[in-house]
Amino acid sequence: MFPIFKKEIERFLSSLTGYLVIVVFLALNGLFVWILPDNNILDSGYSSMDPLFYVGPWVLLFLIPAVTMRTFSEEKKTRTLEWLFTRPVSDMSIILGKYFACLALMLFSILPTLIYFLTVCWLGSPVYNIDTASVSGSYVGMILLGAAFTSIGIFTSSLTENQIVSFILSVCICFLFYSLFEIFSGLLAGTGYDYFISNLGMAAHYASLSRGVIDSRDLLYFISVIFIFLSATRMKLRIKN
Amino acid sequence: METRLAINNVTKIFGTQYALEDVSFEVRSGEIVGLLGPNGAGKSTLFKIITGYLQPTSGSVNVCGFDVLENPIPCRKHIGYLPEHNPLYDDLYIKEYLVYASELYGLKYSYAQKRVNQMIQLCGLEPERKKKIQNLSKGYRQRVGLAQALLHEPDVLILDEPTSGLDPNQLFEIRELIRDTGKNTTIVFSTHILQEASALCDRIIIIHKGKIKENSTLTELRKRFIHGTTMEDIFRNLTAE
Repeated sequence: MFPIFKKEIERFLSSLTGYLVIVVFLALNGLFVWILPDNNILDSGYSSMDPLFYVGPWVLLFLIPAVTMRTFSEEKKTRTLEWLFTRPVSDMSIILGKYFACLALMLFSILPTLIYFLTVCWLGSPVYNIDTASVSGSYVGMILLGAAFTSIGIFTSSLTENQIVSFILSVCICFLFYSLFEIFSGLLAGTGYDYFISNLGMAAHYASLSRGVIDSRDLLYFISVIFIFLSATRMKLRIKN
Repeated sequence: METRLAINNVTKIFGTQYALEDVSFEVRSGEIVGLLGPNGAGKSTLFKIITGYLQPTSGSVNVCGFDVLENPIPCRKHIGYLPEHNPLYDDLYIKEYLVYASELYGLKYSYAQKRVNQMIQLCGLEPERKKKIQNLSKGYRQRVGLAQALLHEPDVLILDEPTSGLDPNQLFEIRELIRDTGKNTTIVFSTHILQEASALCDRIIIIHKGKIKENSTLTELRKRFIHGTTMEDIFRNLTAE
């Protein structure tokens, strides 16, 4: 697993992709959190990080598919997939190597936003007056959300040799999980199914983690989604004709 | 001499079409076997089954005492494989690619360094060693493909059309390399050039529409040449529509 992880990371850093992803993530979040009117922290006057945790998932929803789209699509297109899958390493370690590399890139983009947290701490009145539990819960939620998006992206990348198709498919599936289930449950309000449907989606679990309580049910939900999509990737790649 | 590669009643069906039908043969240590056959005869399919990339519909493959389906990883450690069309990572440097390949074989660092440098020497890559793979000519790409396959001193070398598209000088060099390697490695390779097969091989297997039509040593075949018959005649007789 490690050689594949290392190679993918080297590839992010030796091409523009890695830097571009980090810069775009931070630029977009920075804009929405600090500069653009209506929603920014400074104007709101509250010592909270909510704008970041509202915008962050939407930025991830587009950026992660852009990172993961080439993982397997490109190997398929250049036929190196056959070479890779005839090396003496297990199928799962190839998939996990690529998965963790994409995940690491996402963590690197999220890491600098801790400065926002410090900023809000110091701007607070009194200083350090911030709901730390809620912020750390939200970080855990956002990282798990990103991890789930990454597994979806890896899966769609294994479906096609066309990177654009992989990107669009994975944005759609991420959107379905993050937002559509929530919207459907709104439509079904009062029928008794709404709670069930909204819990199928990620937004409900993300919101639950944001309250600052790390609930095992939410953890289990995200881990299951990741597990399901990575297993599906493995099945897709193992069944060759 | 011990058997290095045993193929037992391998059948592969794609949909309703037989790609391979009840193929069996054995290759002993130190043998060079040429696999001949028209395009679409099933040569590449057979190689993909030997290396564990495709699963046979029925039958089994044994490499150095390991069953490909039951013990894929030890099996692959004994195999050096040059896939069809020689897929390479275009954006890597030659050395970077070979180091990556050595890491995937799980070679120890010092040994891997030594082998990578040896292979660069042996395959005549020295003048191009500072180049990226995408900037190499076809002949040098082919050498990189061979270097990658020979890196871990495999017991069995599987080469899918190693000499396709090379000019006469490159052909000569690659053949020399195959002949040298064949002194202590079992080699199975496919080719369309009949003279090449008769110049290099100890044994020739002709396969047509997924069935073995001929499996004899070169000396046995030569006995049939007496009445003016050539390799071409034998090949055409066996594979005519």
